[in-house]
Amino acid sequence: MSDQPIVASVQGVSKRFLMHKDKSVKERLLNFGRNRRHREDFWALRDVSIDIRLGSTVGLIGHNGSGKSTLLKVIGGIVPPTSGTVIRRGKLASLLELGTGFHPDLTGRENVFLNAAILGLRRSQTAALFDEIVDFSGIAPFIDTPVKYYSSGMYVRLAFAVAVHVDPDILLVDEVLAVGDEAFQRKCMDKIAQFQAEGRAIVFVSHSAEQIGRLCDRVVVLDDGELIHDGDPATGLSILRNYYVRQEISDAAGDGEEDGRTFRIRSIATSAVPTGPTTTDLQIDASIEVGPDAPEWGVRVRLENTLGLAFYEVNTFDLGQALTTRPGMRSIGFRLPELPLAAGPYEVVIATIDRWGQEYVGGSATGSLEIPPGGPGTGLLRVAPEVRVDEPD
Amino acid sequence: MTTQPAAGRAGGRAARIENEPFVRIGRPSGFVSGTISSIRDIWSQRELLGLLSRREIVSRYKNSSLGIIWSLARPLVQLLIYWFAIGIILGAQRTVPDFAIFVFIGLSMWSLFTDIVTYSVTSITANSGIVKKVSLPTEVFPLSTVGVALLNFAAQLVVLFAAMLVFGRFPLTADLLYAPLALILIIIYATAIGLLIAGLNVYFRDTEHLIEVVLVVLFWASPIVYSFTYVHQALDGSWIEQLYLANPATIAIVGMQQALWVGGVTATGPLAQVFPDDLAIRMLVMLGISLVLLWLAQRIFGRLSRNFAQEL
Repeated sequence: MSDQPIVASVQGVSKRFLMHKDKSVKERLLNFGRNRRHREDFWALRDVSIDIRLGSTVGLIGHNGSGKSTLLKVIGGIVPPTSGTVIRRGKLASLLELGTGFHPDLTGRENVFLNAAILGLRRSQTAALFDEIVDFSGIAPFIDTPVKYYSSGMYVRLAFAVAVHVDPDILLVDEVLAVGDEAFQRKCMDKIAQFQAEGRAIVFVSHSAEQIGRLCDRVVVLDDGELIHDGDPATGLSILRNYYVRQEISDAAGDGEEDGRTFRIRSIATSAVPTGPTTTDLQIDASIEVGPDAPEWGVRVRLENTLGLAFYEVNTFDLGQALTTRPGMRSIGFRLPELPLAAGPYEVVIATIDRWGQEYVGGSATGSLEIPPGGPGTGLLRVAPEVRVDEPD
Repeated sequence: MTTQPAAGRAGGRAARIENEPFVRIGRPSGFVSGTISSIRDIWSQRELLGLLSRREIVSRYKNSSLGIIWSLARPLVQLLIYWFAIGIILGAQRTVPDFAIFVFIGLSMWSLFTDIVTYSVTSITANSGIVKKVSLPTEVFPLSTVGVALLNFAAQLVVLFAAMLVFGRFPLTADLLYAPLALILIIIYATAIGLLIAGLNVYFRDTEHLIEVVLVVLFWASPIVYSFTYVHQALDGSWIEQLYLANPATIAIVGMQQALWVGGVTATGPLAQVFPDDLAIRMLVMLGISLVLLWLAQRIFGRLSRNFAQEL
């Protein structure tokens, strides 16, 4: 893809936001002298450089507040960078929020023209595309009805239809693919795939690792406004996942040493090894630091999905494994063999507990793992099903 | 969809993009040097401007059965009140000829001015959804309100001309040439103010409340319900009178009265009306000042608009 021309280039861009806490003239006048105190600034982007080439699909990921939406807005020209430059060529369209600029009292037809004009189409161009837009939206019978009578699904369909017909060279997408019913989502995804085949550049922000993994050929990971990875999607996703783990561990570990906690979980490592067509072995290794004067303790491991549904939970007391109270580091490994788990992300929660299952304060942490896709069917389990059909003659 | 045409389109796109020059995005343009590019940006959005004006009009009157007639209700009721209270009770009618027509000319001009200003002030905040998401010259939102205000004004003008026909006071003199000049003057002045306060209102939400109060004061600072003759008699050509006249809105209103108020222009004897000297020159000077104000307002608005997306 590197032979393709660059459509947008972000060069050493930093963005500082000043947050004014007082919005009214009265507050500003009252606080005039001490204005500084009522301003907060933070760097949403720090020295970020990326080139976006035609034909590439770039996923921007990062935890909340990492600056990915800001980067998208900087590329889109909505927010000016504090320093650095953004250059761009070709036509840009944003799928930022569907229905932006729809007016409830106007009919679908009028809104199509208005929305297309907002997205940069000339009236003649919209007129030429109009039938195609209506056709794609699938709401032809209601096109002359004010959109306030539309269901939310119809509204989104029409808005999406307009946005994808703007014929952009570079399309910016901000977490909007998670709307509409399943059939519509599939339509969105098909359209994105078509855009890719047509050699357009797509930049999108998503929290869905699955979506990123499926669509992107390049992933940019931002952390606190800094670019920490630019390239291979799988690596990018694992960096982000590890980040979450580190984050939780550091949240749990805290920064002060005098907080009186006896147990600290220093690291969690997980590995998922497929052992058959449907089964996976999970290996979970945690290192735990035991402080002085530790009470009797045990370790509990719990396997959850990302929605917090607990699949399994066990602790060292149940397993008859006693742990000594001597201060120092411990490595504790659990092996959960032969799990028939469906593909997707999972979380492993390690906690230090007393005999009655009560967690010691701050003595827990979460690791994550991913079961790779494979096998037919959907659900929580991975099964190798068999099917038999008897057809009487 | 087969791969072949898609690949062909992709190739064409690459070739086209390859030859296109880069444009720098979000560059701070110079205060003076950015003027041309701003004008070009706004001009390129003229279709959107039209559609936004239409949207404003439709959304304002769509669900009322009387529609645009409602825009006449307020000036007509005001006319009735001022005609009764000031014209009859206070007796202004005795010294101001065709008092109803006089008041209605002033009220129409004044409501054009206030419509542009009050619709503009909230235009950015009301369209925050678009401003935050799409990169376009945000001037289109305040500017689109001018269309709505002009439509209201046109409706009042129809009523005014109908009344002049009925009273046989139709202005068919060379003075009528003052009318387009007065109209252009008040539109440009109001647009300049509208642009400025629309931008300011994003940062200081008090602006929209403040402007309501200021407009009440300004209403009485122009000869709308009293004629300029009273002002002249009271101030007698002093510097305060010149200060009074140093208001583009006042000059535009007086200009419109000169054009359309046949009764006042032709009156003699005790009813004779005073108009400012060199009215045409004053109007041209005010037009020049208003154009400079409009330019300044646009430049300031351009500066303010860079941070709209994060302030909204």
